[in-house]
Amino acid sequence: MSASTPPTIDPGVNSGSIQAGTGATPPVATVASYPTTPGRFPREAMVCARRQIIKMFRLPELMAFNLLQPLLFILLFAYVFAGAIGGGAEGRDDYREFMMAGFFAQCILFATVSSSATNIAQDMHKGMMDRFRSLPMTRGAVLTGRTIADFVQNVMMLLMMIVMALIVGWRIHEGFLKALAGFGVILFLAYSFSWVGAAIGTMVRTPEAAAGVVVILFPLTMLSNALVPPSTLPRVLQHVVNWNPYSATVQSARELFGNEAPASDSWPMQNATLASLGWSVLIILVFRTIAVRRYRGVSR
Amino acid sequence: MPGAIYAEGLKKTFGDVTTLDGMDLSVPSGSVLGLLGPNGSGKTTTVRILTTLLGADSGTAMVAGHDVFKDPQKVRLNIGLSGQYAAVDEILTGRENLQMIAELFGMSTRHARMRADELLEWSGLTDAGNRQSKTYSGGMRRRLDLAAAMVGNPPVMFMDEPTTGLDPHNRLLLWEAVEALVANGTTLLLTTQYLEEADRLADSISVIDHGKVIASGTSNELKRLAGHERVELIVRWPEQFDWTVEFLTRFGTGKPVTDRSAHQITLPIEGGAKRLGKILSELDKHNIEVDDIGLRRPTLDEVFLYLTGEDARQARRNATVYGEGSPADIREAETTLQLKLTHIVQTTNRV
Repeated sequence: MSASTPPTIDPGVNSGSIQAGTGATPPVATVASYPTTPGRFPREAMVCARRQIIKMFRLPELMAFNLLQPLLFILLFAYVFAGAIGGGAEGRDDYREFMMAGFFAQCILFATVSSSATNIAQDMHKGMMDRFRSLPMTRGAVLTGRTIADFVQNVMMLLMMIVMALIVGWRIHEGFLKALAGFGVILFLAYSFSWVGAAIGTMVRTPEAAAGVVVILFPLTMLSNALVPPSTLPRVLQHVVNWNPYSATVQSARELFGNEAPASDSWPMQNATLASLGWSVLIILVFRTIAVRRYRGVSR
Repeated sequence: MPGAIYAEGLKKTFGDVTTLDGMDLSVPSGSVLGLLGPNGSGKTTTVRILTTLLGADSGTAMVAGHDVFKDPQKVRLNIGLSGQYAAVDEILTGRENLQMIAELFGMSTRHARMRADELLEWSGLTDAGNRQSKTYSGGMRRRLDLAAAMVGNPPVMFMDEPTTGLDPHNRLLLWEAVEALVANGTTLLLTTQYLEEADRLADSISVIDHGKVIASGTSNELKRLAGHERVELIVRWPEQFDWTVEFLTRFGTGKPVTDRSAHQITLPIEGGAKRLGKILSELDKHNIEVDDIGLRRPTLDEVFLYLTGEDARQARRNATVYGEGSPADIREAETTLQLKLTHIVQTTNRV
């Protein structure tokens, strides 16, 4: 044979065998064992909440829209509708006081359900939930993290709305502490509804669908005492309105703010604060159970 | 003793669609199994079940010594999952992603930060560590995803089509990362559609179709299944060509195939490298000069088509229908099928 190209013989050994020195040795974790301390759940929930809050502040335009909408609504209702609904110039100021508690609650409810549902649906859709579900985490920490982030958003929203409401003439009359309790009642109901959003988020197929399902809140907020006194409604509807969790919350907040609060003599309206808290607890129990079960068992 | 990953008779149906139809797998500790199959063959479903993301209708599955269905939390402690599309948070930075996962693994904040740093360095993302991961290229995102799967230093890793959609350079980078991981003793189950990938990374390969394993073995064993090995050579001098063709026939198991314009002769043989050596020395003895000579095996692509092609499916269906539970009939049908398909593959090769 000539000295030119030596023929190459494929030895038939799997060319995929690992050659020493290929790539760096992967680093070994410094913590090998996993602590089984009972403090795991709150820590994991806070880690997940931190992620969601970071995201919130990195998408400031989204937050701006969320905050802008209620401010616009307050202005519109205060100057466009208050006169007509309140019946003339003097009724207008009364109506502003009357409507504000309902407004606070309604705007926050819509925002919290929508952001909870869309964020969770997004995580489902993009495979982020698979990542979490393959980790040795406690049940429900991911979803709880989202609801905590929602709570933070709700507080910011409420603060902005309070400032705007004060500007257009709304006042509290029962002292600061009671007003604070009123805000607490609203925020607690809102927190329970972020679990409704979480449950929705685990059920819909796409984030777009999640954004759409907030329409289910319209009957809840419209069939209530928020915008008009229930005594103007047909009898049957009055019962619905009285036993609406949203009505109880609005009623309770009005009383605590010292705003005009015409109440029917049904039990939830007479014990509005108690009714509101009871409803909120019940909603959390039911929808948290649904959401966590869906989170665990979900298969995309 | 079952391997680090062990599954037997996994079944899963979604509505009317049977996705897994008795999946059996066993991956010895420290080895790499490549799960090879066409779209919709049940690769992803298998991974999702073994990583506790999905339940099965029946069957058993053990990962790292724990029952996947009875003790999922222990399984999760021992696995890393790198998905088909990179499951990292786009809004968070690479570092934040890794640190979050480390904290969810129970590490203290300080440890989690250290772990994130060393994994960033390992995956070549240190410079990009403080950028939101949405600014990463596809390859960077996959490496971040792999790093995320490695946070807990799991003894068992699952990678679902890790290089789908990557360019050759990034694919190579990821392969090297995987090889380093495996050299460190990690057990790996890898699903892929790329035969080259399975060939390079996997110790053994299971070909699956319609939710069950239809063939398994090393890459070489599978290649043998699909057809004969052959010697390909290019003769230097055209005037020696005809004589060489004539001369080589006695060493082959069939007639040589020739390409006169390329001076190329392809000869089916048996006996592999030994036979090749014999041919080489004989050619040398007769002063035949060759520009190139080599032993060729069927590629995994051919194996894949052979095992999952429509002919194979049809033949298996027939075997099942006529078999009526008699193993002998099925074996006979399979043999007929293999002969038929070997013929097809060989014919295709010649064309």
